[in-house]
Amino acid sequence: MKPRVATAWLGGCSGCHMSFLDMDERLIELADKMDLVYSPIIDIKNFPGNVDVTLVEGAVANTEHEEMAHLIRRNSRIVVSFGDCAVTGNVTAMRNSLTREAVLDRSYVQLADITPQIPRDYPTIAELMTTARPLHEIITVDAFIHGCPPTADQIWYAVSQLLEGKIPALSNVYLRYG
Amino acid sequence: MAILTLTINGEHVSGKDDESLLAIAEQHGIRIPTLCHLDGLSDVGACRLCLVEIEGTPRLFPACTTKPREGMVVSTDTERLRKYRRMIIEFLASEGNHQCAVCVVNNHCELQNMAYETALTHVSVPYLYPKKELDASHENFIIDRNRCILCTRCVRVCHEVEGAHTWDIAGRGIDCEIISDLNQPWGTSESCTSCGKCVLVCPTGALIEKGEAVSEMEKKTDFLRYIVTARQKREWVNLDSDEE
Ligand code: SF4
Ligand code: SF4
Ligand code: SF4
Ligand code: FES
Repeated sequence: MKPRVATAWLGGCSGCHMSFLDMDERLIELADKMDLVYSPIIDIKNFPGNVDVTLVEGAVANTEHEEMAHLIRRNSRIVVSFGDCAVTGNVTAMRNSLTREAVLDRSYVQLADITPQIPRDYPTIAELMTTARPLHEIITVDAFIHGCPPTADQIWYAVSQLLEGKIPALSNVYLRYG
Repeated sequence: MAILTLTINGEHVSGKDDESLLAIAEQHGIRIPTLCHLDGLSDVGACRLCLVEIEGTPRLFPACTTKPREGMVVSTDTERLRKYRRMIIEFLASEGNHQCAVCVVNNHCELQNMAYETALTHVSVPYLYPKKELDASHENFIIDRNRCILCTRCVRVCHEVEGAHTWDIAGRGIDCEIISDLNQPWGTSESCTSCGKCVLVCPTGALIEKGEAVSEMEKKTDFLRYIVTARQKREWVNLDSDEE
């Protein structure tokens, strides 16, 4: 059976996923080697069970991300922080030295074109956490892919290693922040 | 001045008694990671990255401020030292606010290079996200304290080489920060001559030139060697021909 791979998108800009698609023709090779069972780039609603490797883009910035992180951990053998926001908090965490109220006010009131109001009391809207955190502060993480975004070559190297059942050793040319 | 013999990483080396272990190691092609040290400035042992082991004592010593002794047995690259060096980079990263992706010195940063050299895959201590001030009041330069690692290179170059002594450190412990003159906006400083030396020696994106965008600024520190040799030896070295 081919390895079951998932990718998830938490508090990030989707750049890491764009970079994943940047692997171009190598994606065809990957399609032969693995089954993509969950991802923002395929049409599936719920995170499945029994996943071999999950790449997680983005920091944990709100309560939905937090729940998702735990769900991913419960159902994945290997969890990978995918990109600088997941690894360090990065741009998503730039708000962390401000108060949550100030951030919400700036985003939803001061910069609003119409109906300025902070969304509250809607059970469907996730609550912003006081600070956005790197993934490994919330759940145990097994491997790290750096970069904002990681290059297609970095992702190719890491994913190839993971599919062979190895943890990518990123203490070489593939370790690169920013 | 006397010549001493000692052992570094199993290799017999000799050095002058008034030189640092770091200088002696360097002369023998042994690389010790550093951040606060810069050739041409005094050494203060601020960053602790250059820590080495000396046989006969469990303490670790910063190579940049430790003088040799006859027969000393020094190790510069043990498992323990590698672990501590990585830990130092983790502390520096977690005590500031570093987002390399949007930093002016991205890809040209000594802190980043040390993260690579110590194979820092992630920071295992909680990030502190401190509230730090950015001061853009100077006509040409910016100090962004979010990126400052308190190496004090700026303080030393301004005092020792430019002679202006604009910078100092205020506060204690985790609250330490670099201030200009009497803790006033840099742009209102009366001592600053706007020479730009502090900006060039700063190892991170804490001191930057205005008008530079992400990844654009590359710092050159060889001007320091030019000035210092001129002053100390009355020799005006040609930096270009030297590099070949
Ligand atoms: S100063 Fe260096 S480590 Fe800090 S954000 Fe800038 S490039 Fe990254
Ligand atoms: S520009 Fe020159 S004088 Fe001004 S603070 Fe920097 S080193 Fe000192
Ligand atoms: S501003 Fe730069 S040179 Fe000065 S202490 Fe901070 S990191 Fe070092
Ligand atoms: S280089 Fe020796 S303590 Fe910083």
